[in-house]
Amino acid sequence: MASLSSTIRLQTQITQDAAWVRWSLTAIALAFIALFLCLPLLLIITAAFAKGWSAYWSELTDHDTLSAIKLTLLTALITVPLNTVFGIAAAWAITRFEFIGKSLLTTLIDLPFSVSPVISGLIFVLLFGKQGWFGDWLYTHDIKIIFAVPGIILVTLFVTFPFVARELIPLMEEMGNEEEEAALSLGASGWKTFLFITLPNIKWALLYGILLCNARAMGEFGAVSVVSGHIRGLTNTLPLHVEVSYNEYNSVAAFASASILAGLAIVTLILKSFLEWQQAHDRA
Amino acid sequence: MSILLNNISKNYGSFSALNDINLEIPAGELVALLGPSGCGKTTLLRIIAGLEYADEGRVLLNGVDETDQHVSRRGIGFVFQHYALFRHMTVFDNVAFGLRVKHKRDRPSETIIKQKVHDLLNLVQLDWLHNRHPDQLSGGQRQRIALARALAVEPSVLLLDEPFGALDASVRKDLRIWLRNLHSQLHVTSIFVTHDQEEAMEVASQVVVLNKGIIEQQGSPSDIYDHPANAFVSKFIGQTNVFHVDSPSRLWLESTGLRPAMETQIAHVRPHDIEITKAVNESGASAIIEDWQHLGALIRIVLSNNLPHNETNTLVYAEMSNESFKQLELRKGDKVDVRIRQVHWFH
Repeated sequence: MASLSSTIRLQTQITQDAAWVRWSLTAIALAFIALFLCLPLLLIITAAFAKGWSAYWSELTDHDTLSAIKLTLLTALITVPLNTVFGIAAAWAITRFEFIGKSLLTTLIDLPFSVSPVISGLIFVLLFGKQGWFGDWLYTHDIKIIFAVPGIILVTLFVTFPFVARELIPLMEEMGNEEEEAALSLGASGWKTFLFITLPNIKWALLYGILLCNARAMGEFGAVSVVSGHIRGLTNTLPLHVEVSYNEYNSVAAFASASILAGLAIVTLILKSFLEWQQAHDRA
Repeated sequence: MSILLNNISKNYGSFSALNDINLEIPAGELVALLGPSGCGKTTLLRIIAGLEYADEGRVLLNGVDETDQHVSRRGIGFVFQHYALFRHMTVFDNVAFGLRVKHKRDRPSETIIKQKVHDLLNLVQLDWLHNRHPDQLSGGQRQRIALARALAVEPSVLLLDEPFGALDASVRKDLRIWLRNLHSQLHVTSIFVTHDQEEAMEVASQVVVLNKGIIEQQGSPSDIYDHPANAFVSKFIGQTNVFHVDSPSRLWLESTGLRPAMETQIAHVRPHDIEITKAVNESGASAIIEDWQHLGALIRIVLSNNLPHNETNTLVYAEMSNESFKQLELRKGDKVDVRIRQVHWFH
C-alpha cells in the first residue's frame, strides 16, 4: 500500500511542472487579461459615467445614437438569419455531397477571414460605387447601395458569412451521415430528415455559430466604415457612432455607445460559455 | 418480395467494384452475401437499398423496376453495422420514427403507433428499455432495437450490412440464432452482408459468394460446402488443404491412391475427409503425427507427409472427433496411414 501511494505521488510529480513555472504562467495570463480586458472595460464605464447618470442617459437617448442603435439591430436582424441559412446549406453541400469545385467552395468560405475588413468594404465600393462596375446601371435605376443602408447590409453579410459554416462543417463531417441514411431508409423525406435528425444533432454548434455571427455583425467597424459614408442619423452603425462622437470630443456620447457594445461583448461571452458547456454535456 | 438484379456494374474511378452482376433472390429467403473485404458485397447491398446507384444495370423489386427510385420509396428496411440509432431520441421514439414520418394520409394514429412499437419491442424482447437512450444500451441491445426500427415500417425486404460485425463473439453467436428464428417467424425476404463464412453458413438458407466484384457461386450452404464451384469458394468456405500441381505434396497425395480424372492445377482436401489409422507397415506409412490442437468437440491433427528421398515435408491438417482420436491412442512422432475420402479438383 505504501509503495503504491508513493508511486502515484512520483508520477504526478513527473507530469507536473515545477511550482514556479505554474505560478508564473498563471500570473502572466492573469496580467494579460487584467491589462487588455478588465482595465479597458473599467475605463469605458468610468468615462461613460464621468458626467453623471443623467448625462449618460441623455447621450444614449440622443436621436443620432438611437438611429445608430436601430441601424445596428436592423443589420444584425437581416444578416444573421441569412448567413445561418447560407451556412447550413454550405455545410450540408460540403459534408454530404461530392461535386467538382468542392475544395474551391471550402476555401472561399474562409475568404472573408483572410481578407482585411477594409478591403472587404473596398470590394463593394469598386462593384457598386459611382465609378464601380455596376455604378452606371444603379444610377440610371436610382438604386443607392454605397453610402446607404443596403451597402452596409451587404458588406456585413460578406464579413460574417464564415461563422456558421465553420462551426457546422467539422461537426457534420465527424458525425457522418449514417443516421440520415437510416432516416431516409425508413421513408422520411430529405426535409424531414434534416428537421428531425440533422438539426437536433447540430443544434449547439449552430447556436454557437449564430452567436459569433451576431457578435461580429453588430461590432463590425472597418468594412462598414468604408461603405457607410458616415451620414449622421442615416448610415451610422453603433461602432461608427462611437468613432464619430469621439472625433467631436464628445467623450460621454462615445463611451456611452461603447458601453452598450461592451455589454453586448459580456453577454456574448456568457452565452458562449453556456453553449460550450451544453455541447460538452451533450457529448458525454 | 423477390429481388432481381440484371447486369449491375459499379465503378469508383478506375476501380471496378461490381462487374456485371446477375442475381435472383426468391421471396422469403434469408440470403447471405459473403466475401472478403473489398469484394463489393456492401456496395451491392446499398444499390439494392437505393443508398447508392449502379452505373449500369437494373434493380427489380417484386418485378417492378426500382433502379431510379429514391431509397425512401422502395419499401426496404436497412440495418447498419454501427446501428445508426438516433442518438437524441429514446428507444421508443427511434422505433416509432418510421411510422411518424409517414405522409398524413398514411400515418396511423398515435395510439396505434404506440401499440405497434410495444409489439415490436416485445418481439425483440426489449420493451423494458423503451425509455432509455441509445448510449445507455449495450451493442447487442442496440442492434436489436435497430432491427425493430427497420421492421416498424413493414418492409418487403430487410437489408443488413454486417449486422453483427461490431459485437463480441458470444453476443454474435446468440444474435445469429436469434435472427434465424426471427426470420422463420416473419418470413420477410432478408439479405445480409458478412465476411464471416461461418456466420453465412449458419444463418442463411442461400449463400452468394462474391470475390472482386463478381459472383463466384450461389447456392444453399450444403451445396457450397460439398460442391464448391472453384478453388476460391473451396478455400474461402470452411477449412481446406491445398495441393498445387507438380509440388512434392501433390505426389504424396497421389501416392495415397488418388488420381485426377484429367489435367488439373489444384487439389483441395477438407480436413475431415482425411482418415487416419495407425500404420500397419512402418516403412510404407503415409504420414507422421507432428502435433494436434483441441478445438472443442474436434481435434485438429497436424501431419507431415512421409516423403521419400528427403523431400521437404509439408504439413497437412486432418480433423476428427474427440472420441475417435482417443480410441486411436496416437502420440507425437507416430507413423500413420492416411486414406482420403474426397478430393475437389480445380483448374
